[in-house]
Amino acid sequence: MKQSDFTILENIGLTENIFRLRLEGDTSAIARPGQFVNILLADRFLRRPLSVCDREGDILTLIYKVVGGGTKQLSTLPAGRKLNLLTGLGNGYDLETAGTHPLVIGGGAGIPPLFFLTRELIAAGCRVTAVLGFNTKDEIFYPDEFRALGAQVIVTTADGSCGTKGFVTDALPGLDYTSYYACGPEPMLKAVYRCAKGPGQFSFEKRMGCGFGACMGCSCRTITGYKRICREGPVLRKEEILWDA
Amino acid sequence: MGRLSVSLCGTELDNPVIPASGTFGYGYEFTELYDINLLGTFSFKGTTLAPRFGNDTPRIAEAPAGMLNAVGLQNPGVEAVIAEELPKLKSCFHKPVMANVSGFSLDEYVTVCEKLDAQPQVGWLEVNISCPNVHGGGMSFGTDPAQAAAVTRAVKAVTAKPVIMKLTPNVTDIVSVAKACEEAGADGISLINTLLAMRIDLKTRRPVLANTTGGLSGPAVFPLALRMVWQVSRAVSVPVIGLGGISSAEDVIEMMLAGASAVEIGAANLRDPFICKKIIEELPAVMDRYGIENLRDITGGAH
Repeated sequence: MKQSDFTILENIGLTENIFRLRLEGDTSAIARPGQFVNILLADRFLRRPLSVCDREGDILTLIYKVVGGGTKQLSTLPAGRKLNLLTGLGNGYDLETAGTHPLVIGGGAGIPPLFFLTRELIAAGCRVTAVLGFNTKDEIFYPDEFRALGAQVIVTTADGSCGTKGFVTDALPGLDYTSYYACGPEPMLKAVYRCAKGPGQFSFEKRMGCGFGACMGCSCRTITGYKRICREGPVLRKEEILWDA
Repeated sequence: MGRLSVSLCGTELDNPVIPASGTFGYGYEFTELYDINLLGTFSFKGTTLAPRFGNDTPRIAEAPAGMLNAVGLQNPGVEAVIAEELPKLKSCFHKPVMANVSGFSLDEYVTVCEKLDAQPQVGWLEVNISCPNVHGGGMSFGTDPAQAAAVTRAVKAVTAKPVIMKLTPNVTDIVSVAKACEEAGADGISLINTLLAMRIDLKTRRPVLANTTGGLSGPAVFPLALRMVWQVSRAVSVPVIGLGGISSAEDVIEMMLAGASAVEIGAANLRDPFICKKIIEELPAVMDRYGIENLRDITGGAH
């Protein structure tokens, strides 16, 4: 973990509620896709944890959804503004179990960390299929960017306004894959857990206090004991997950 | 003896800055950030007899100038703390550590304190009779002077180490609780634990915290904590550790002027993991600005 100041290069809306923040600073603590950063905002006591969407040199890309006052405030910050970040948080995805053609499965605001993952998987020689789920056509972001990395992309929308009609799980039957990586809302993760095959890794979201393991605010029970989503997570392996009732 | 040094129940601290229990784990999370030996000491995660998972999540909510937590004393239990956490800590922290103890019965407080008393690394026992986030223990001992005294007396009987009773602000008269602890043999008093609070999610119309209520901490509570430290330190003769919303060197000085011999930093660690180091580094310049030669001389200076 590192604490350092980043400069905003760009902070633009991709859809009505989804924003892309590009920052310049010391990204050296970011070791793996699936890790997150924790952002300090003026007038907000707790930092805001956001997954790393991409890291190229000293440029960090974050994609976030405006869901409350903190992310609303973040979305108004102009280029040039400095932000204090804790970087290199969480365990991240393990690429070892990917096999030759892994699947990445993302829902809405859960898609961003899969972009960095896809880049790394392709760099490691994998053939990646990305299943990207949205509610409706207007909420779609980044399918072309995934394609530009070299992934085969399948878009699903719940209302059928674009791509396959239904949820991400409706796109899975018939697909051939060696492993899968999922990030999205918990009902989606549960559905993927039930129907996807092979080694699986899931990225979880929880309300956090510190984001680096000190406060026990984001603990969960797993098969292998208590884990802190911010420290031993946010990525858990399929075999260790205990779903809440 | 440096300018920042203070005495706490007979032990010299290099400075009065002590990360508060529950915001500093068992220390290691911070060792990758800075040398934690620069701290006065720290109070480790509240420890109970049996391992505890704590409350369901969400356990954290935000507030103006602060936060709520309802962790519910998650900890691995005293045996695991002694077998695993303390040996790990030994490799990175070379000062006496403050052991924070919680319990659900008088017997539990006694047993946990007895076990920690046998650990040479432990310099002080901070007995938490003030956790607002558990049921059937914790804060219920700290809201009644007679029960607070009973815990103090029972714990004092099994340890030779200084016993610091950690008090809750969720009472009508905190001075009477503090005096009861002192009369029962407490070597020090720390205050305040968090204030019982809650938030409601407007979208779901349900409490944000799974536990419904949680403890409020952060800068929002600083003036209230300061007032209680002032009251308690005027009523007891044992040292008082002041905590509640401290997040700057100026806050440390203000809390000491109110009567604190040392201070604990809690919620501020979660916002800025380097805050304790920064405060320690900033203290000399801030002392200069206010004409303070030695920090140990200002305790109760505003009385």
